[in-house]
Amino acid sequence: DSASLQVSAAAAAGAFPKRVKVVEVGPRDGLQNEKNVVPTPVKINLINMLSETGLQVIEATSFVSPKWVPQMADHTEVMQGINKLPGISYPVLTPNLKGFQAAVAAGAKEVSIFGAASERFTKKNINCSIEESLERFDEVMTAARAASIPVRGYVSCVLGCPYEGKISAAKVAEVSKKMYSMGCYEISLGDTIGIGTPGSMKEMLTAVMKEVPVGALAVHCHDTYGQALANILVALQMGVSVVDASVAGLGGCPYAQGASGNVATEDLVYMLNGLGIHTGVDLQKLMDTGTFICNALNRRTNSKVSQASCRL
Amino acid sequence: MGTVPSALKHCLSYQHLLKEQLWIGEPVAPHTGQESQASGLPEHIKIVEVGPRDGLQNEKVIVPTDIKIELINRLSKTGLPAIEVTSFVSSKWVPQMADHKEVMRGIQRHPGVQYPVLTPNLQGFHSAIAAGATEVSVFGAASESFSKMNINCSIEESIERFEEVVKSARNMNIPVRGYVSCALGCPYEGNIIPAKVAEVSKRLYSMGCYEISLGDTIGVGTPGSMKRMLEAVMKEIPLSALAVHCHDTYGQALANILTAIQMGVAVVDSSVAGLGGCPYAKGATGNVATEDVIYMLNGLGINTGVNLCALMEAGNFICTALNKKTNSKVAQASFSTGTMN
Repeated sequence: DSASLQVSAAAAAGAFPKRVKVVEVGPRDGLQNEKNVVPTPVKINLINMLSETGLQVIEATSFVSPKWVPQMADHTEVMQGINKLPGISYPVLTPNLKGFQAAVAAGAKEVSIFGAASERFTKKNINCSIEESLERFDEVMTAARAASIPVRGYVSCVLGCPYEGKISAAKVAEVSKKMYSMGCYEISLGDTIGIGTPGSMKEMLTAVMKEVPVGALAVHCHDTYGQALANILVALQMGVSVVDASVAGLGGCPYAQGASGNVATEDLVYMLNGLGIHTGVDLQKLMDTGTFICNALNRRTNSKVSQASCRL
Repeated sequence: MGTVPSALKHCLSYQHLLKEQLWIGEPVAPHTGQESQASGLPEHIKIVEVGPRDGLQNEKVIVPTDIKIELINRLSKTGLPAIEVTSFVSSKWVPQMADHKEVMRGIQRHPGVQYPVLTPNLQGFHSAIAAGATEVSVFGAASESFSKMNINCSIEESIERFEEVVKSARNMNIPVRGYVSCALGCPYEGNIIPAKVAEVSKRLYSMGCYEISLGDTIGVGTPGSMKRMLEAVMKEIPLSALAVHCHDTYGQALANILTAIQMGVAVVDSSVAGLGGCPYAKGATGNVATEDVIYMLNGLGINTGVNLCALMEAGNFICTALNKKTNSKVAQASFSTGTMN
């Protein structure tokens, strides 16, 4: 479509997008990968503070069984407890139909489903093949369509897998295409173990952009090897304009003990500000929110911008 | 999500597995017409390792001379083409560098590796030569306030001082590298205009410095300001004579370095294990970690000649000696506990 063509042309000219939508995943992806279980009121306050920063999308929680993810056991209370500001979307993860129904009952207006570009990762993570996982998601898609609920699709391991190692760009494109065709409005491409570099990011995006319009793509980079902002920069140069990040860089990496995970939203916004790209996010308010959650978790921030701005 | 098999927790930390992953470990062999060339990136990048000088200088703990020498000797075996060894500055100002003579004389010099030292004035220069130095560096700044606060004189006066050094150096066929600090911002003045950076760079280059290293001293730069600054400097100085020295204080270093190499810069300064905090933001980080830079360049198919595993071992050595955690994310991810074994 013409909007995509415009974006592609601008990208070809080496221009950056004028606006980037930042998807804040701290309350879900971030907290899920933190060791300390966070009390419900703290989670609610975190999301409420994030709602004041100008962020347009805040992933609130995950409707998954507490047996698997104890941190997200309070999903219903969180969903019902937060202030839902107009103009802000609060997507939640729904791994299956049961989770979807619980989410909608709790007031969710947008959901996400998680695929992967690696068979072994899918087997280890949710005990089925990629194909079977997509069949499971089909049920969610059908129900979501009937309820007019938008669905965001995630693809994990797009630049490498902790079990399989290298992942082919063609495989990522194939899974992305399937999820987009099923009806996901956006596909978030996740470098789950942060192993990617600008080289592999470019190669992967080139393949995916043949199958999914760039306007429907997002990148979800982990900073485990310090590559996240460089990878994001390349994605922006190729026309991607939606970027996932986690306040204070919450969320370690479950595959490399002691290593970091999500890229910090503060550091991302700092870079985008420097590039003159509009995000609508107030960096100071974001840093204050990061300070709050780090105090509550009794941990240091993973955001370098926060570290540098803090005169100890 | 869910539990991770315990065997897996260590898989990425075993060296042989690391080496198996094509994008970690061995330097990429240069290919003709391969991705880096097609993408307009340099095929080869020279890494200037500043850990033993810039890194250690900004570490609180005073490092014993033999440890410094051991660090440099280990770095010499990694394939690094240039290792900044020490600084011939008064020990009153920089106690960490008080053992400059002993370090200079004590290291094993590998053929093909450069071992530059800082020489802020003529006295330092003579002392460096007497100790066996064969390359020196001088440090200018794009900010008057920074120049005044750091070396107690104006930019103009500092340039006059360096001219003496460069003249003597040229007489002895000693190459001189010029640094320009505060290229993307100053802790005192804030914003620095690109034209000023270009002006100071040009002065240093014209007087005879073979290379100008542009330093984002407080790490405030972003790909936006890096691009604007380089565009201004590139009007005055050939690309092949430029280097970037990025600090990671705001997490922007790799993105800034990527921007620079996309513009054709082919020399990058970095510090093993990200040694060296920021003296202007307490508790914040400083130099970008060499390991993280090499990892990125390997992934881009750019040749550096550096063996990443050997480099990580050198980083492990110095962090153990300093009793501190590495600032390199690649090292953190590769050593399973995140602390040194």
